[in-house]
Amino acid sequence: MRSNEHVPMAAEETRWTATRDRLGRGWYKFRRNRISLVGGAMVLLFALLAAFAPFVTPYPKHAGAYTDFRHAFQPPSAAHWFGTDALGADILTRVLFGSQISFMLAAVVLGISVPFGVFLGLVSGYIGGRTETIIMRLTDIFLALPALIMALAICAAFTPSIDKAMLAVSSIWWTWHCRLVNGITRSIKTEEFVQASRVLGASHFRIIFKDILPNCASPIIVKITLDAGFVILVGAGLSFLGLGAQPPAEDLGTMISIGAKYLPERWWMTVFPSLAIFLIILGFNLLGDGLRDALAVEEGV
Amino acid sequence: MRFSSFLLRRGLHTIVVLFGLSILIFLISRTLPGDPARLALGPFASKEQVQNLRHTMGMDKSLPLQYWTFLAGIVRGDFGLSFQTRRNVALDIAQFLPATVELVLWAIVWVVILGVPLGVFAARYKDRWPDNLVRVIAFVGVAVPPFVVGLILQLTFSYLIGVLPITGRLNLMTPVPRTHTGFLIIDSLIAGNFSALGDALKHILLPSFAIAMTGIGQIARLTRGSMSDVASQDYIEASRGFGIPNRVIAFKYMLKPAFIPPLTILGLTFASELSNAFLVETVFSWPGIAGYGIRSILRKDFNAVMGVVLVIGLAFVVVNLIVDILAGYVDPRIRVRKEE
Repeated sequence: MRSNEHVPMAAEETRWTATRDRLGRGWYKFRRNRISLVGGAMVLLFALLAAFAPFVTPYPKHAGAYTDFRHAFQPPSAAHWFGTDALGADILTRVLFGSQISFMLAAVVLGISVPFGVFLGLVSGYIGGRTETIIMRLTDIFLALPALIMALAICAAFTPSIDKAMLAVSSIWWTWHCRLVNGITRSIKTEEFVQASRVLGASHFRIIFKDILPNCASPIIVKITLDAGFVILVGAGLSFLGLGAQPPAEDLGTMISIGAKYLPERWWMTVFPSLAIFLIILGFNLLGDGLRDALAVEEGV
Repeated sequence: MRFSSFLLRRGLHTIVVLFGLSILIFLISRTLPGDPARLALGPFASKEQVQNLRHTMGMDKSLPLQYWTFLAGIVRGDFGLSFQTRRNVALDIAQFLPATVELVLWAIVWVVILGVPLGVFAARYKDRWPDNLVRVIAFVGVAVPPFVVGLILQLTFSYLIGVLPITGRLNLMTPVPRTHTGFLIIDSLIAGNFSALGDALKHILLPSFAIAMTGIGQIARLTRGSMSDVASQDYIEASRGFGIPNRVIAFKYMLKPAFIPPLTILGLTFASELSNAFLVETVFSWPGIAGYGIRSILRKDFNAVMGVVLVIGLAFVVVNLIVDILAGYVDPRIRVRKEE
């Protein structure tokens, strides 16, 4: 009988080891998938360029509010690779700082909404009953509109700014993670290893976070990666419509919406920010797609 | 009988969701700072004028009472006054909605006539260049913001080649056909006005394609996936053995069962198209409900925002219901699962 006392310990170890093994195998498969490596490299490259933007560009002062009308509307040249905008600011600089905003947007939105959604998903799936019904109906309400339109409706209440846009997107995004984790939790909580923990007197807290949560890890990781691109897309949409970042902030969506007024003659004002946003989102999608295959997560996550 | 109870339950669920949505948006719009009456009248209006408008709009009453008035209005089809147009929001919606519906329907046509054949094509030449091409289209379709697609199309077809108009639904010179349905294409058909019809079609091509871009790639990928699943079935092998031509097998025996997964995500496609419409209408100055909604949001025209949100929510929920029913019709197995 003595050996039985060691079971929870051992079981826990196996579980995390299993998760680690799966991640290890995933990493192996991921390395062999050239497309997702390209995606990862793109994300990394842009993240580094954005993070070190002040050191990469020769004109760090051209971000934010900057005016130099003498150099306005210059086409791409050796001095200004991407040309200059209506106020004479270097577009390459603004694209780099704009990418910074995009990454920050994704990080803040997912940083707020994922833990919140995962927690509610775990709790609702584990407790079940009325708590689950209420939480899941709440997600239904938030998902009654496409994400962008819901974010727009929430933005309506505020004076437009990038903070409010992030708040609006975060307040919707938790629902996806809540539903995902709720589904997994519901199917896992009846598994034998969870029952075993319960019989051995494990607390609810322990069961939820040590038994169930590790099993949600792979789908959550994949979803976060795929979400990052989507969140950036929604954020750019809000800014494009004038409900996100406000000029003179160097947001990519804002830059495109301003540049569009000068098409087709001053194409560089639109083309380069568009290209940057496309490559960032593409990078995240390729990466997420590769991760999904590597971690063997079902399609549709 | 069982199917009708399934419908009833879905219908009730729909009502609960829309009800919750209205409370959510109502709370957000009424409890947060900022005075819409002041915003509507501008900075030069006197205090009394602002107070008067607040009174006419019923904004000086308590919140539950305001919500009750609002709800009672909705039941009568009265969405309240719009600050910007100074008329009933229901009238505004009736004016702007058909343009967007027309646009989104065309986008769905694009998705079906381009996405499905592309998927079949990719499955037929799996892991060869057509398959890779479709893969690229799918990735690009999801990664390029729809407003950028719109701008690129404008740049190419309107500025460079100059074959298609830049903005709007009709040329200023084209006589507008009398309004019956609000759908220009149908209205001009009814009027037998073929110059207006041609003009309307020319105008709708680019914006609807920009909206459809995301969906085309997704549907193509999904069709490709389920086509290659079906391809490994025994009965396909048997048909090959009988010497039935590949084309017939692909379009007759494989497409119907393979079309079920794409059909079930058509609801999602519709959602992404509605979102895209909000971005693309701005690019093409399309006089639809999305543009109206955005103007309302920027001007804090809350009755209008509520109206737009509820109408879109209703459309979204109803389309999902229709998709479910359609999928159940095509694939009886889904019907059984849903009924249980």
